[in-house]
Amino acid sequence: MLLEVRDLHVEFKTRDGVAKAVNGVNYSVDEGETLAVLGESGSGKSVTAQAVMGILDVPPGRIAGGEILFKGKNLLTMKEEERRRVRGAGMAMIFQDALSSLNPVLSVGAQLGEMYEVHRGMSRKDARTKAVELMDRVRIPAARQRVGDYPHQFSGGMRQRIMIAMALALDPSLIIADEPTTALDVTVQAQVMDLLAELQREMSMGLILITHDLGVVADVADRIAVMYAGRIVENAPVHDLYAAPAHPYTRGLLDSIPRLDQKGQDLYAIKGLPPNLLAIPAGCAFNPRCPMARAACRAEVPPLADVAPGRASACFFWKECLGG
Amino acid sequence: MAEPILEVRGLVKHYPLTQGILFRKQIGAVKAVDGVSFGLAAGETLGIVGESGCGKSTVAKMLVNLERPTAGAISYKGQDITKLSGRALKAVRRNIQMVFQDPYTSLNPRMTVGDIIGEPYEIHPEVAPKGDRRRRVQELLDVVGLNPEYINRYPHQFSGGQRQRIGIARGLALRPEVIVADEPVSALDVSVQAQVVNLLERLQGEFGLSYVFIAHDLSIVRHISDRVAVMYLGRIAETGTDTQIYDHPTHPYTQALLSAVPVPDPGARERRERIILTGDVPSPANPPSGCTFRTRCWKAEARCAAEVPLLAVPQAFPSGPAAHPSACHFAAEKRVVPPAPPTPGDADG
Ligand SMILES: Nc1ncnc2c1ncn2[C@@H]1O[C@H](COP(=O)(O)OP(=O)(O)OP(=O)(O)O)[C@@H](O)[C@H]1O
Ligand SMILES: Nc1ncnc2c1ncn2[C@@H]1O[C@H](COP(=O)(O)OP(=O)(O)OP(=O)(O)O)[C@@H](O)[C@H]1O
Ligand code: SF4
Ligand code: SF4
Ligand SMILES: [Mg+2]
Ligand SMILES: [Mg+2]
Repeated sequence: MLLEVRDLHVEFKTRDGVAKAVNGVNYSVDEGETLAVLGESGSGKSVTAQAVMGILDVPPGRIAGGEILFKGKNLLTMKEEERRRVRGAGMAMIFQDALSSLNPVLSVGAQLGEMYEVHRGMSRKDARTKAVELMDRVRIPAARQRVGDYPHQFSGGMRQRIMIAMALALDPSLIIADEPTTALDVTVQAQVMDLLAELQREMSMGLILITHDLGVVADVADRIAVMYAGRIVENAPVHDLYAAPAHPYTRGLLDSIPRLDQKGQDLYAIKGLPPNLLAIPAGCAFNPRCPMARAACRAEVPPLADVAPGRASACFFWKECLGG
Repeated sequence: MAEPILEVRGLVKHYPLTQGILFRKQIGAVKAVDGVSFGLAAGETLGIVGESGCGKSTVAKMLVNLERPTAGAISYKGQDITKLSGRALKAVRRNIQMVFQDPYTSLNPRMTVGDIIGEPYEIHPEVAPKGDRRRRVQELLDVVGLNPEYINRYPHQFSGGQRQRIGIARGLALRPEVIVADEPVSALDVSVQAQVVNLLERLQGEFGLSYVFIAHDLSIVRHISDRVAVMYLGRIAETGTDTQIYDHPTHPYTQALLSAVPVPDPGARERRERIILTGDVPSPANPPSGCTFRTRCWKAEARCAAEVPLLAVPQAFPSGPAAHPSACHFAAEKRVVPPAPPTPGDADG
């Protein structure tokens, strides 16, 4: 397994108390595989990714437990220097907002080249050549002419390609893309997702795609992990999950999206609101909103249990959910 | 179509581009909206879709008189409101209200929910006499599914979905006939989005409202709209009923847009044909000649650069579902959204 996150816990100290943002997350991704991490705003998708990448805001954040195994080695118990080396060479991240993740006063060529100068000890001239190559690879037209341009001179879609180029520079084996196309128009989103999927296939990288768009997941992912209140509530191959969800929350999400191919009747709406992380409901965190909830759900936290090979659900009554 | 409640003809908004500090000289214009026409029947929902910057919000602002058109007419029940002023304008404006996209910034954080929803009564006291306002506001809170006791709370005490309900209640305060909703659910999570969409549909039935519903999410627009207008660079590329646009599109831009929408069905991966557009949307300050879509269109020919295609029913399709207005010289039907698979329930039974 390329990356394995085991029982990860992350908390934030806030003015009003401790916010339990991540409460025992388990997921894994293999080489050449795309894992989609789906969940509503605040469910802990980005915080989990930040813990993996080592860019968590500490303090106020704190990893309160768990393991992050990269190629079998636990990043959390490594010496700082080794950890930095392993991460630097092996993984890279793409953010939603390319404009604020790029340096506005440096040309994109300089920013791409810097990766090679700093990490590979290349000369400035060679690094420049590499930068143009990278820009070509992510299909920036006229890369040689545009290598000296600044981020603001590119459109949103092109900036996101430059972010992808940055992430690819050092040939990582894992890429985490945190809502890489959320800010883009659908036609540009399609261009960028296509590019990302193609490069991933070519280089056989592991890809963790964080999104809240069930359409994007269906289009590109092999597997999907659904998060709710800082936990994985369902983990499954995409085809299986869309065919028959094994958790009431997943079922609710699938039922609540309008469809492009038919007009449909009233939308199903999950009642209530996502939980306050300072006061997560006892038992199953989803119980106040769950149409199937009963006494057992308020008494105990349902474990993430296997429902089939490669499939797990954190609902006591997953059988009922699958069946109905 | 029945007698339209709202009719827009040749609407144009150009923002001047100026240069120089002492002597500001106009050097060009951002053609944000460049000749848009549509009608809205009573009780109907018109969806407007298109990519960022195509002019959707500018159209919305002109409809509610937040922007003055450069040219064109907006008729409300036969009366051109762009020609009105003073008391006559005020009376008409009451009937066309707006709901904004961003539930986080469109509400004044220092005002209570009661003051926010009741604010329109300050401008139109004739709608609700002072003594009656509190009761009215509580009624509105109830209508949009919020607890009437929340009347003294502040916006930050509400979630995004609840804030959007507050914005909707405010839009309803003056009992308008037309609501212009600019991306009203774009900022919300999927589960909350469904709640607000259902609310809008329920209110439409209850109060006989007409909606102009602006969004970039094509699935939501299909769900809520009776008719749809697809915009590109300040103009309407294609317009028709939801079935005509989604199942029988004839404009290459609509086809590309629809084919790019990710469908929540992994099985559709193989069944779908993707049209990947190259390049970016040109600047509205310097749009291409002829058909403005030609720089990204895979069907473009010489004629497209020379001649502006008019929004009209294509001659090739005088009847049938493809017979709806499309601004393309070579309009041709192409189905890009695969038909819905039978629902699992049907297959089992
Ligand atoms: N630096 C921080 N300080 C305090 N709380 C934080 C911090 N970063 C994240 N959190 C909290 O952790 C929780 C999970 O946040 P996270 O960013 O992982 O959500 P997400 O699932 O990525 O949501 P979104 O879809 O909105 O990006 C949130 O409630 C957030 O407020
Ligand atoms: N006050 C203004 N001055 C100059 N240009 C403007 C002004 N307002 C809007 N524009 C420009 O007009 C064009 C249309 O903008 P508009 O906000 O109507 O687009 P939109 O379709 O609503 O986009 P989005 O989906 O991003 O909301 C854009 O190019 C925009 O930059
Ligand atoms: S454990 Fe209970 S409350 Fe939680 S999802 Fe399952 S049925 Fe619903
Ligand atoms: S008029 Fe020409 S460029 Fe425009 S959409 Fe039709 S074929 Fe394409
Ligand atoms: Mg996030
Ligand atoms: Mg807008």
